[in-house]
Amino acid sequence: MAETSIPFTIEGFYKFIQNGQLMGAVCNKCGKLSLPPKPICTKCLSRDLKWKELPQQGKLLTYTIIHISPKQFQSMTPYVVGIVQLGDGAQLPGMIRDIDLDNVKIGMNLTMEFEKEIISKDWPQWPRYYFKPI
Amino acid sequence: MPLQFTFDHLFGGKNLSGNALVSIVSAGMSKFGRREGLYGRELFVEAASEAFERCPNLDPQKDIKAAFIGMMGESFEHQGHTGPTILDWIGLLPTQAFRTEGACGSSATAIRCGIFAVLSNLADVVLVGGVEKMTHRATADVTEYLAMACDFPFEQWNGLTFPGLFAMVATAHMHKYGTTEEQLASVAVKNHHHGCMNPKAHMQKEITLEKALSSRVVAWPLKLYDCSLITDGASCLILTKPELARKFTDTPVHIIGSGQASDTIGLYERRELTSLKVGKLAAKEAYRMAGLDSLDIDVAEVHDCFTIAEIVAYEDLGFCKQGEGGRFVEEGQSQIGGKVAVCTSGGLKSKGHPVGATGAAQAYEIFLQLTEQAGKRQVKGAEVGLTHNVGGLGATGVVNVYSRG
Repeated sequence: MAETSIPFTIEGFYKFIQNGQLMGAVCNKCGKLSLPPKPICTKCLSRDLKWKELPQQGKLLTYTIIHISPKQFQSMTPYVVGIVQLGDGAQLPGMIRDIDLDNVKIGMNLTMEFEKEIISKDWPQWPRYYFKPI
Repeated sequence: MPLQFTFDHLFGGKNLSGNALVSIVSAGMSKFGRREGLYGRELFVEAASEAFERCPNLDPQKDIKAAFIGMMGESFEHQGHTGPTILDWIGLLPTQAFRTEGACGSSATAIRCGIFAVLSNLADVVLVGGVEKMTHRATADVTEYLAMACDFPFEQWNGLTFPGLFAMVATAHMHKYGTTEEQLASVAVKNHHHGCMNPKAHMQKEITLEKALSSRVVAWPLKLYDCSLITDGASCLILTKPELARKFTDTPVHIIGSGQASDTIGLYERRELTSLKVGKLAAKEAYRMAGLDSLDIDVAEVHDCFTIAEIVAYEDLGFCKQGEGGRFVEEGQSQIGGKVAVCTSGGLKSKGHPVGATGAAQAYEIFLQLTEQAGKRQVKGAEVGLTHNVGGLGATGVVNVYSRG
């Protein structure tokens, strides 16, 4: 994917996700990694940024098992959502699937999976990613 | 310049050097609960008319020069443009009106705006408050509307809810410090006990530890009784310059310290998952301004939207050491009669949490406590109070410190 043509936006982040890539923005001036990408470095305010591909494996930092959900997720309850620490210290929230609820543990190793299909016809049409045990 | 006070004679020689930023000369709060058939603006009339009646020397239409009203969401009542609507319903047109929004911290930010307005000399007397009408909506809809205070593209998009986000804080706290589900439930038991003494509380009912622990799971490890209530309510305060306070009342309450901070909207962007930076920063600023520290606080209303949030608040406010919040509540140190009486009103847990009204409702409780009007739940001799109001998962945090005037 031509990285230079993608703006440092949430839309841009999800374009890469659709392509099976986890990408963050790195500041060329101070080196700060932003995930999600922001159009400006929040540390030094530089707009001189570049995309960096990040590893898709990480460790579970914390999690919850959601029983009461908004309507659109009701068919999935109970489901696990956690915060995963990926390489280079980046962190992302995501559902953890393909796991027995009793076996979810802080510190466990997870890998990212991507749903290729876009479900919604309306905004937003972001593709979905999730995590599963390695 | 705010008036310089010497508090030594009031505080038994304690070294208090705080300036009063503003004074609260009156306060009002609607009955919190399931208020069927009422619109938010009508609930606000209950709060405002109590504040007006409490303060006969105030001519609201003449004296109030600006109003700041906190409200979180338009979705609940399909209604935006809250400021002038509220002012119309309480008879204060054409006074200038502002709506403040900081999720569940919306009316604490209204108080902050009121402080700015008074200190700027642009308005000597202001009305600050908040409102939310929630119970007419289905729980799934309320869950979705409240979730708008967290990050949409990453948190909501992945099925996170507010209970879910605070549950992740709880899981991390339990893992790091050994905090137990029983300790979480102890917060609920305490706050329900306090709420039984508050005739305006939504749920005036004692609960047991067993009942709390066996209630249905909302977002593990949080169960139904770990969650605050979906409630309708409104609250307000009348603020003025300290030097004008006695024109309106003989028993004003001063705000002597105030702090506010912001953090990332997404919990996932933070390194620290077991405390709220905004709470710590706002408290540091409020204590510094007041010339006080956590040991001086007699009574506090903290943001117990979930039981874990109150435990984290003890730690962030310095009532106990980091990681010891679970034990602090279990040992009874935060109940009335303990080291610091926390959530004497029943808190968000039992008094209820009409999100936009909560911050000013916390200040209403401290106003009652410091003017000896808190009835059965009065903390004897309370001199210094604190409020701690959080928006979202700590993207907004406001802490105020209060003293008797």
